[in-house]
Amino acid sequence: MLVISTALRSSATKSAARGLAVSRNYADFASEATFETKKCDCFLLETLPPTTAVLTREQGLSYYKTMQTIRRMELKADQLYKQKIIRGFCHLYDGQEACCVGIEAALKHEDHLITSYRDHAFTFTRGVPVKHVLAELTGRRSGCAKGKGGSMHMYTRNFYGGNGIVGAQIPLGAGVAWACKYNGTGGVCVAMHGDGAANQGQIFETYNMAALWKLPCIFICENNRYGMGTSVERAAASTDYYKRGEFIPGLRLDGMDVLCVREATKFAAEYCRAGKGPILLELQTYRFHGHSMSDPGVSYRTREEIQEVKRTSDPISLLKEKMVNSNLASVEELKDIDVAVRKEIEEAAQFATTDAEPPMEDIANHIYYKEPPFEVRGCHPWIKYKSVC
Amino acid sequence: MAALRSLLSVGKNAVPVLLRREFHGTAPATLQVTVRDSLNRALDEELERDEKVFLLGEEVAQFDGAYKVSRGLWKKYGDRRVIDTPISEMGFAGIAVGAAMAGLRPICEFMTFNFAMQAIDQIINSAAKTYYMSGGMVPVPIVFRGPNGAAAGVAAQHSQCFAAWYGHCPGLKVVSPWSSEDARGLLKAAVRDENPVIVLENELLYGVAFELSEEAQSKDFVVPLGKAKIERQGNRITLVSHSRMVGICLEAATVLAKEGIECEVINLRSIRPLDIAAIEQSVMKTNHLVTVEGGWPMFGVGAEICAQIMEGSAFNYLDSPVVRVTGTDIPMPYARIFEENTQPQVKDIIVSVKKTLNLKT
Repeated sequence: MLVISTALRSSATKSAARGLAVSRNYADFASEATFETKKCDCFLLETLPPTTAVLTREQGLSYYKTMQTIRRMELKADQLYKQKIIRGFCHLYDGQEACCVGIEAALKHEDHLITSYRDHAFTFTRGVPVKHVLAELTGRRSGCAKGKGGSMHMYTRNFYGGNGIVGAQIPLGAGVAWACKYNGTGGVCVAMHGDGAANQGQIFETYNMAALWKLPCIFICENNRYGMGTSVERAAASTDYYKRGEFIPGLRLDGMDVLCVREATKFAAEYCRAGKGPILLELQTYRFHGHSMSDPGVSYRTREEIQEVKRTSDPISLLKEKMVNSNLASVEELKDIDVAVRKEIEEAAQFATTDAEPPMEDIANHIYYKEPPFEVRGCHPWIKYKSVC
Repeated sequence: MAALRSLLSVGKNAVPVLLRREFHGTAPATLQVTVRDSLNRALDEELERDEKVFLLGEEVAQFDGAYKVSRGLWKKYGDRRVIDTPISEMGFAGIAVGAAMAGLRPICEFMTFNFAMQAIDQIINSAAKTYYMSGGMVPVPIVFRGPNGAAAGVAAQHSQCFAAWYGHCPGLKVVSPWSSEDARGLLKAAVRDENPVIVLENELLYGVAFELSEEAQSKDFVVPLGKAKIERQGNRITLVSHSRMVGICLEAATVLAKEGIECEVINLRSIRPLDIAAIEQSVMKTNHLVTVEGGWPMFGVGAEICAQIMEGSAFNYLDSPVVRVTGTDIPMPYARIFEENTQPQVKDIIVSVKKTLNLKT
């Protein structure tokens, strides 16, 4: 919430500054509009999320800016990876922005979230500024994990990564939900996984325990149709991922519509907070990039399919269309946001590529927490590092 | 004064033995306590001390623990603090790690560490590495505990020693108690430690009684992690061991003492951090070293000790190469005659000591 409100505040000031230049001012815009959302497929549920959603101008601008920031950040990461400034694994989220932004819009300050290695966007929406995400990708000292984690291991308050082992984040997320229940905070934990991970055994173990103990956990499957290079039809005996919980209620919805995602997540959070136990959401979405930067993404799917989705279901375009058509914002205003975001990303990238590498003195730190200083062996017996924190 | 102190140290959770002693007036300060009871009492005290501590695992609650280590705890603390899990090691270990990341202090029991292999990804990749990967943002204060190593007649899939596997990994702490004092002190230290700690207990030791000093009975008694203990002073040769094998070393030392060979027996207590300084100090005195463990020889605890001794200052004090006494390099067989010859016995230690000292065996 902090990120969205910050983004909102900054976009409001910029718009005000341009108020003199553009031909329209605030008074010309609607303050809110109501939109219809596609009905969710449901499983073991008697009530459903509403099929209408109210979007205020404020919210719309905020969601738009956040999604655009994520989009440009991921495209910048693509660029930096091709320049070999980012190394190793780099799994990009462009195309799926509505999932992350819609989920965050529905959560409260005391809620938690955990996801997989496709985590840059969530790291941002959970509160880490773009420059610290990019600096982590470029392995610099100002990276959000001090350069020690890289693409797949980013963390912040109430955000537990960033997890490299497919599916492992699901039991972890249920554990965080356990802590919410144990402490009586009223918080929920959102535990994300993909269509590939949905076939992991530990997820079923977790579903059993979460349902048994009524953990306040929202399990969300981001079904982007491909687990690496394997389509859902080739990996799953049943592609109804929202039913995988068997005894856990589920919803399947359009993950390209930020309002649909928001309303379903709100519904799910209320369900959990009421002590009814876990719930499973399947968001139907799509990634524009391949599985990672080493995958062009066209050997197992057609370019036509990618183009088609980009043309008809780009979540940012969908929101833009909604906002312009209902007079929540003007095309120029949104273009201004685009320009501002590009500038922000450029600056962040500049920072991430010029910041210093982490100091060698830090290499052996963060092994143990609250431990008196000790020595760590290097590559041979005459190299000794100090671990001080 | 001693009586007063012992009366004061008796809390409301004292084992029945202590209460009985009060009736007889001035009681001796030390007690005979089994490893099982000392673990039980340690769990009880830590659950009482810190509300964030909780215990989960298979059969820990209503069954009182598969080996009765958690006897009485569910009755006392209830469902919120002592939790029976389904047979889902990977799942419940992951849940425990997630709870630790969110600030609780779980004690995750594996019925034996053999079953922890199913959960080893959560132990290593989620628990051990996260503090480092997050650049210090997410500590994981969790304890994984349970019986490790050989038992009796349970064959290959239920008898493996995991000290070397876990000891290999940075980010973990690994302890391996022998006596009741070790069990109690190391478990309490493990629960209070801010990092993931593996507590490798031993099923055959659960029923063995050891003397527990007055000091060790106190509620805040902890054994520091990473520090070995010299169980027996000697000057002729150093024996280093952990867990049940410490007892076998002491038996061997008693036999050798009759022949005038005084062994110094070191109880490692911790596998990681390894107290190599204590071993070096002893070797500089005795000039001979034999390591004794229940695990397999290759890439084991003894192998690591050999390597570190060779690289360190004590090498120049060795009068002969270090020798390892280990489990036989086979999956644990069932037949008694085979099983007996798969774990080090007193005679194996004696032969190794004499060969190291170049004496007739």
